[in-house]
Amino acid sequence: MADVKADTGAPALRPRPLSPHLQVWRWHITMATSILHRVTGCALYVGALVLTGWAVSLASGPDAYAAYTGLLGSILGKLVMIGFTLCVFFHMANGVRHLVWDIGKGFLPKTAEFSAVVAFAFAAVATAVVWAIALLTGSV
Amino acid sequence: MALAPKSYRTPLGRARGMGSAHHGVGHFIGQRASAVALLFLLLWGVWSALKLAPVGYDGAVAWLHSPIHTALLVLLLAAGFYHVRIGAQVIIEDYLHTPLVKAASLLLNTFVCYGAFVLAALSVLKVAFSVSGAA
Repeated sequence: MADVKADTGAPALRPRPLSPHLQVWRWHITMATSILHRVTGCALYVGALVLTGWAVSLASGPDAYAAYTGLLGSILGKLVMIGFTLCVFFHMANGVRHLVWDIGKGFLPKTAEFSAVVAFAFAAVATAVVWAIALLTGSV
Repeated sequence: MALAPKSYRTPLGRARGMGSAHHGVGHFIGQRASAVALLFLLLWGVWSALKLAPVGYDGAVAWLHSPIHTALLVLLLAAGFYHVRIGAQVIIEDYLHTPLVKAASLLLNTFVCYGAFVLAALSVLKVAFSVSGAA
């Protein structure tokens, strides 16, 4: 133990080995779903605040409500709302995958990759259906 | 000096208080319980948004006069801000390691989530309890 110099404060003689970093990994779909779960979760944090703004504008009267829904209904507002719709449905589908993993099922690589494709497909289809309904009912 | 230590944590580690806060299991279960609730509440929320988009201010006020709609919307806000708060806390704890920045971010996260929840819920209740036509 004579050469242990942990408490001398001297710098390490050589850099410590690092675990593999993002750059050395080939992108695969389960990795994409994992990262996107966090990204969409952060986006939905903002979405919760946008919903709060809606409630406040409704409580503030017709003029405030018209101004706020006008903002949401603008071109940029609609793009953001389509984004939130995608985030809700992706995070929802991927959240169900997490709940299935929590009971110990679905870990085989093929199963996990298939459920990742299903999560992406569900997000795309559900978003398309919601906005088609909005278009048909005159909401957009 | 005891021969058999009760814990493998060093006295320094214990003094610094950097170990488990023993809140992890509660967060783990709460995150999943709110996730199951949100699965249903968000589907209802998206469906409701489709109904509310074309009907304007009067339609939205009339819609909130239903106690079921009021209750579900407040539950959506409660489950949503709870889920979002502990989710963001995990991300903050994963990526921010400077003690002051981390503590400030955790505090801000808590303030924003509780603040926005109270603001949104009170707004919803104000409309829900307003007299029809005079809102």
